[in-house]
Amino acid sequence: MLVNQFLILAAVLFCIGVYGVIARRNAVMVLMSIELILNSVNINFLAFALRNGSVDGHVFALYIIAVAAAEVGVGLALVLLVYRNRKSIALDELSEMKG
Amino acid sequence: MVAQNIAFGIIAAIMVVGALRVVTVNNVVHAALWLVLVLAGAAAQYVLLTAEFVAVTQVLVYIGAVMVLFLFGTMLTRAQLGKEKLLNNPTWYLGIPASLLLLGVMIMALTSSFGDEKLPTDSELVSTQAISDQIFGPYLLPFWALSFVLLVAVIGAIVLARKD
Repeated sequence: MLVNQFLILAAVLFCIGVYGVIARRNAVMVLMSIELILNSVNINFLAFALRNGSVDGHVFALYIIAVAAAEVGVGLALVLLVYRNRKSIALDELSEMKG
Repeated sequence: MVAQNIAFGIIAAIMVVGALRVVTVNNVVHAALWLVLVLAGAAAQYVLLTAEFVAVTQVLVYIGAVMVLFLFGTMLTRAQLGKEKLLNNPTWYLGIPASLLLLGVMIMALTSSFGDEKLPTDSELVSTQAISDQIFGPYLLPFWALSFVLLVAVIGAIVLARKD
């Protein structure tokens, strides 16, 4: 197995996630795209952990999983709050702070 | 080695197709189910990378907990579960050149810096004991910080989503 096959898979997933963040209008879909991005980072960490023969990458991958869980919890609470106030979670309608 | 490469190819193809469906499908629940496929594929890749503990954690946390959160969020913020027309921005097509440019730059950088470098083939599975020795040894302070992050996130989510 090459190092690059894992890194390029992670790069492809990352770019698909970036496309999702840019293209999606629904807040829940944007959160899902962010999950794609975080997962691609995890694949990178574990590939480099195997390449360097070190355990540090595993520790960081576990920390990223925990932070991602916290992020989804707070993010969905925010989405719920926005929905309760506006009956919509379209991100382009949230323009009150536009100058 | 050949078997591992074939497994990698199949799983990678499934993951890329699933990820593309996540960002293109017009149904939030279907997107969540495609995301399950991508996350399971990522767990399989972790096993190929000799990271079995992270793979099991991925299945437990992502497929078990995060997907339930997503489905709850979908259920609580949408009246109907069918197709929806307005899931994309009006200028969604701008994302295609942006992400393709990013992908081109990253693949160029990766091929020029790693080329044909091979992963070591004789490495054994990383034991859970080795990971816990790291977490509760040199990485203890980030572990504490992470505990506080999770606590604050739980309290914050409760405060934000409370009715009154």
